[in-house]
Amino acid sequence: MLDVAILGAVLASVVAAATTLLLASLGELVAERAGTLNLGVEGMMIIGAAVGYATAYSSGSLLLGTLAAILAGTLLSLVFAGLAIWLAANQVASGLATTILGLGLAGLIGAPFVGTRLDAAPTLHLPVLSDLPVIGRMMFGQDAFVYASLVLLAVVAYGLVRTRTGLVLRAVGESHVAAHALGHPVRKIRTLAVMFGGACAGLAGAHLSLAYTPFWASDMTAGRGWIALALVVFSAWKPMWLLAGAYLFGAVSILQLHVQGFGLGIPSQLLSALPYLATIVALVAISALKRGQGAPASLGLPFVPDR
Amino acid sequence: MPLRLERQESVPALGLIAAPLVALVFTLIVGAIMFVALGHDPIRAFTIYFIEPLTDPWTLQEMVVKACPLLLIGIGLSFCYRANRWNIGAEGQYVAGAVAGSWLALATHGTDAGPWVLPAMLVLGAVGGALWALIPAFLRVRFGSSEILTSLMLVYVAQLGLDYLVRGPWRDPAGFNFPQSVTFDDVAIMPLIFEDGRMHAGIIIGLVAVIAATIVLGRTLIGYSIELAGTAPRAAAFAGFKESRVTYGVFAVSGALAGLAGIIEVAGPIGQIQPSISPGYGFTAIIAAMLGRLHPVGVLIASFVLALTYIGGEAAQISMRMPFDVTRVFQGTLLIAILAADVLVRYRIRRVEGASHA
Repeated sequence: MLDVAILGAVLASVVAAATTLLLASLGELVAERAGTLNLGVEGMMIIGAAVGYATAYSSGSLLLGTLAAILAGTLLSLVFAGLAIWLAANQVASGLATTILGLGLAGLIGAPFVGTRLDAAPTLHLPVLSDLPVIGRMMFGQDAFVYASLVLLAVVAYGLVRTRTGLVLRAVGESHVAAHALGHPVRKIRTLAVMFGGACAGLAGAHLSLAYTPFWASDMTAGRGWIALALVVFSAWKPMWLLAGAYLFGAVSILQLHVQGFGLGIPSQLLSALPYLATIVALVAISALKRGQGAPASLGLPFVPDR
Repeated sequence: MPLRLERQESVPALGLIAAPLVALVFTLIVGAIMFVALGHDPIRAFTIYFIEPLTDPWTLQEMVVKACPLLLIGIGLSFCYRANRWNIGAEGQYVAGAVAGSWLALATHGTDAGPWVLPAMLVLGAVGGALWALIPAFLRVRFGSSEILTSLMLVYVAQLGLDYLVRGPWRDPAGFNFPQSVTFDDVAIMPLIFEDGRMHAGIIIGLVAVIAATIVLGRTLIGYSIELAGTAPRAAAFAGFKESRVTYGVFAVSGALAGLAGIIEVAGPIGQIQPSISPGYGFTAIIAAMLGRLHPVGVLIASFVLALTYIGGEAAQISMRMPFDVTRVFQGTLLIAILAADVLVRYRIRRVEGASHA
């Protein structure tokens, strides 16, 4: 039974690691389906982590912290939207600027809180389900962020394909000229999609600093925002594939930690590099197999209406 | 929306120079607001941040030391960005170059190797950086993978590789277990320009790079093919310029310059190899390239502006106990301001009568 308990705990930590990635990549997927490539995910995530932690620590409320994180991610996404959508600046550069600014602001906001700790977000105990062996702990012994990420996934997967809003959003991403000719407000829709991405990245940051590792450290996102971006490519812009990708990467990042714990004589740095190497392998595999299929046709192109 | 952007037929030359200046002024205004928000007197903060470093000969030398890697990396990135290839992993190429060059310094340590060591280290550094940069280039050419993400992921891999070497095989056995190598021998150290201070010969290499890049980008067929690949890829293909060759070329150049910057930094101000060898030069150089409008001379000026933010940040950290992140905020704001100012040069904002779709 001991082994079962350990397995359950390992699986639960895989879910926790995957949740940060899932939340952030879901938001980015929506932004990209509307045609904007926002490389600011890392910045929006870390500012969510910093603001979320600062608010939760000062107010004692995890909920307030989470809401503040969402707000912070959204506000920072507006910087990107202003540049890339309304001023039609280069999207790659605008996203990088957003990330650099986010890292700096997060460092400033978090500075007074270095060295403090919070109680992690509580796990929600569901009767019967949470007590099932192995999967009980993995699937039903999680904090609210995990459930929120799954609900959000369902909403995005359904909304993108089955609703009129989703159809318009995809149309804007596939051909902004056609969508504009049909009378859809291209830039407003893109701005909303980017804001959704910012909110999700902020929420992912809150999960990081309030539940996964409940303290503040600058650079605590450690490239997770970039991995989330890669996951969107890996998913071929399909929400359900994000789930698979996020959990695969969650598993890689947790397993390397456990292997480090066993001390098999493999340099710990090599193991720490695994998630990044896996990202490269995944990107190469997906582009070798599909050659960019599934990318929204207007992705990354600025839109300036001339009529 | 009553306001509308209209593309300008010709971009006024004055605007091209004015836009970075407007961006700088905007950044300073944002900076003043930030200082007030942090509870500091903005005038005193500005004096410490931006004025005092310029009045002290020692900090002036430090500025050159900091501008040198930004300049080298920024010039290389200009090649990439002109060709619309987004190498954002210069930080990793910088580390790869530092590692490749340091290998020779450590291999010849304690021997009576002659003055050929340093030049050979610089060559190895450039080769190491170029090889590291060619990985994302190859993945893009061969598989169509996004060079943005692969080059960035390789930054983390390079940093972890450096960490392994410095804590493992390259650690100084007599170093009380500190994760750092032995101090390089004199033949493996960049010569200083003045007796006192830290300004070293790297800046001369940087200036040579400015001249060479200005000629290559502005006066040669190679420069033209890079420009064309970026602005009109279809026309470039019709003209017979191979897309893959441009990709390999610009990545090799920018990787080599970043690697050179890395080994110069290690053989210069640092003098040994250690886990942390850069305060984010590879990322800040992206801003230098943008602020310098992807022109080598512009990058030269921009590198000094950004070096000032580093020096000022350190000064403010010491004398006002301000977190170093202030510098990152300055740098991020500056990049945002340049991108916005650029648009206002390329486009005109017109008032439009009646409602129209955004």
